[in-house]
Amino acid sequence: MSSVTEGKEKDIREDIAWAQINRDVLRSLDRPRATYWALFAFAFGLFVIGVACEAYQYDRGLGVSGMNNPDVWGLYIATFIFWIGMSHSGTLLSAILHIIHADWRKPIYRFAEAMTTFSLMTAGLFVAVHLGRVWEIYYAIPYPNERWTWPNFQSPLLWDAMAIFTYLSSSILFLYVGAIPDFAICRDNATGWRKNFYTALSLGWMGTDRQWRNFRIAYLVIACFLIPLAVSVHSIVASDFAMSQQPGWHITSFPPYFVAGALYSGCAAIITLFIMLRHTFRFEEYMTLPILDKTGRLTFAIAMVWTYLNLVEYASVWYGADEVAKETLLMRMNGPYAPYWWAMNFLGSIVPLTLMSKRIRSNLSAMMVISLLLNLGMWLERWMIVTPTFSHGYYPWTWDHTFFPSWVQWGIVLGSFGWFGMLFMLFCKLVPSVSMYEVKEMVFHRKIARLHTREA
Amino acid sequence: MNVKRLLGLFNDFDQATAAIRELREANLPYLNWDDVTIKSPIEHPDVEAVLGPRPIPIRKWTLVGALLGGSLGFLGIATAQGNFFSQLKGGKPIIPLPPDLVLTYEMLILGGVYITVLGFLVSAGLPHKSKGDLYSAHVSEDQIGVMVKSNAHCIAEVRRIFERHGVLTMQEEEVSTR
Repeated sequence: MSSVTEGKEKDIREDIAWAQINRDVLRSLDRPRATYWALFAFAFGLFVIGVACEAYQYDRGLGVSGMNNPDVWGLYIATFIFWIGMSHSGTLLSAILHIIHADWRKPIYRFAEAMTTFSLMTAGLFVAVHLGRVWEIYYAIPYPNERWTWPNFQSPLLWDAMAIFTYLSSSILFLYVGAIPDFAICRDNATGWRKNFYTALSLGWMGTDRQWRNFRIAYLVIACFLIPLAVSVHSIVASDFAMSQQPGWHITSFPPYFVAGALYSGCAAIITLFIMLRHTFRFEEYMTLPILDKTGRLTFAIAMVWTYLNLVEYASVWYGADEVAKETLLMRMNGPYAPYWWAMNFLGSIVPLTLMSKRIRSNLSAMMVISLLLNLGMWLERWMIVTPTFSHGYYPWTWDHTFFPSWVQWGIVLGSFGWFGMLFMLFCKLVPSVSMYEVKEMVFHRKIARLHTREA
Repeated sequence: MNVKRLLGLFNDFDQATAAIRELREANLPYLNWDDVTIKSPIEHPDVEAVLGPRPIPIRKWTLVGALLGGSLGFLGIATAQGNFFSQLKGGKPIIPLPPDLVLTYEMLILGGVYITVLGFLVSAGLPHKSKGDLYSAHVSEDQIGVMVKSNAHCIAEVRRIFERHGVLTMQEEEVSTR
């Protein structure tokens, strides 16, 4: 995994033949390494564990999760926020980098956008799972009925539903529209059922100037919409907490804190998936170390923003007049959740400091471990937001400092990772995870720029 | 009139651009400039510029979509709150503006994105039946296609121009004028 060749890291070759790009990427749909099947089997195993735990909870009731009053959200909502956060970076970064013409996004944006879509689909599961009685989920659907169980439009939970639906559907459209030219390439090279599949998805794309002209503007416009949308989604998720009166949650800086945390975990996940796909699909030519280096630097910058906002959150509570909120903060530091709270701070704020080293940013094994640790830290962050506050609210008679999630909750959380992994791996087998036409554009424009530089 | 379609495949954008320029300068009779189409594996605004200005109506679709999404979203929510979702508010407004603005914001984006995609499909002529239109799989790989539709005499001249600019292959078909 040595990253340095003659003192200079290899980037995508400008003279790579376009036909070669097609061949390399299309090969990933046919013959991945055996690692692909190992990862798929692992994800499927986790998924089975999750389904078994959910079936058990379905059969016995929500009590088996260990949740009680006041600990009513447990790992389910903490993991819901984690997955919503994970969804952030894919589409948001893709859109921002597209608008600012950062061409290094081109080989990695497709799988990052897919990550957004599948993270949102995974997050949505927890809304149903945490209700316990999933067969009565229709109670939550807003339609005129005789029970008066109507939506409360002042509740951020309803805004959440609207924002997540908008983000999910818009992200799917962004992903799909951006992939149409690649579906046409797949159509032109496929046989059998895949030919019909890609013919339907490509909508008869022929690469005409009319199609490209409109494609360019449509893609840009959707990217422009997605940036404020993505920020609003996690701000609204933060409002679920910040607009309540619970100690430790009623903080003005929660929305930017959540957005930064979401970007942070999403960037770390992009690094994990980058390394995984690079190896599994033999994408060494396209998912290059300079791109990993840039993603690492971006993750470091966002980690520092998150660290700052985290400290602002503590300062707001510490210097605020809310004694109960301060007590809750102290309880996080010293109480039964202290190991997790300190681990969260260590993993979230100290571990990313290693990303300052270029040597580490160029080391695939180190980056894989660091990205997993960062996401563990960000998952702990969400858990440390939800559970300690419920365990130590305003009323001492509701305190429950002994709350710890049961194995059923842990199983369902693991299952969500399996579900996400399975969907993601299936996607990578059916849809080119590197955008072929955008990589062609990238090498073409770099070549032109180099020629101009030479002439000058 | 015997109308034909000719697709010439070129090795790179420079050759294709030169061929289109010469076509333009040749000022061929019976050649409607709107019937000249480029087919390419990547977008290339410079080459498209040689074709001259062509409409991109997407932004209008976007504006209409965002305005419709926002206004209908607000109206829909306000109507629901005032009628079938009305709740006992204890003196607070039945249609609360701050939360409704949050929802309107989301609906504005939703409308904008959906209608932009619809506008893209309509403006780009998608879905498109690929049968019956000249196409080569090389276009999605690494070659640049220039397609011209005109009468047989004009097409013969276009063929000569394409050959002068190093066309790799050409495909020709009769176009049904019914």
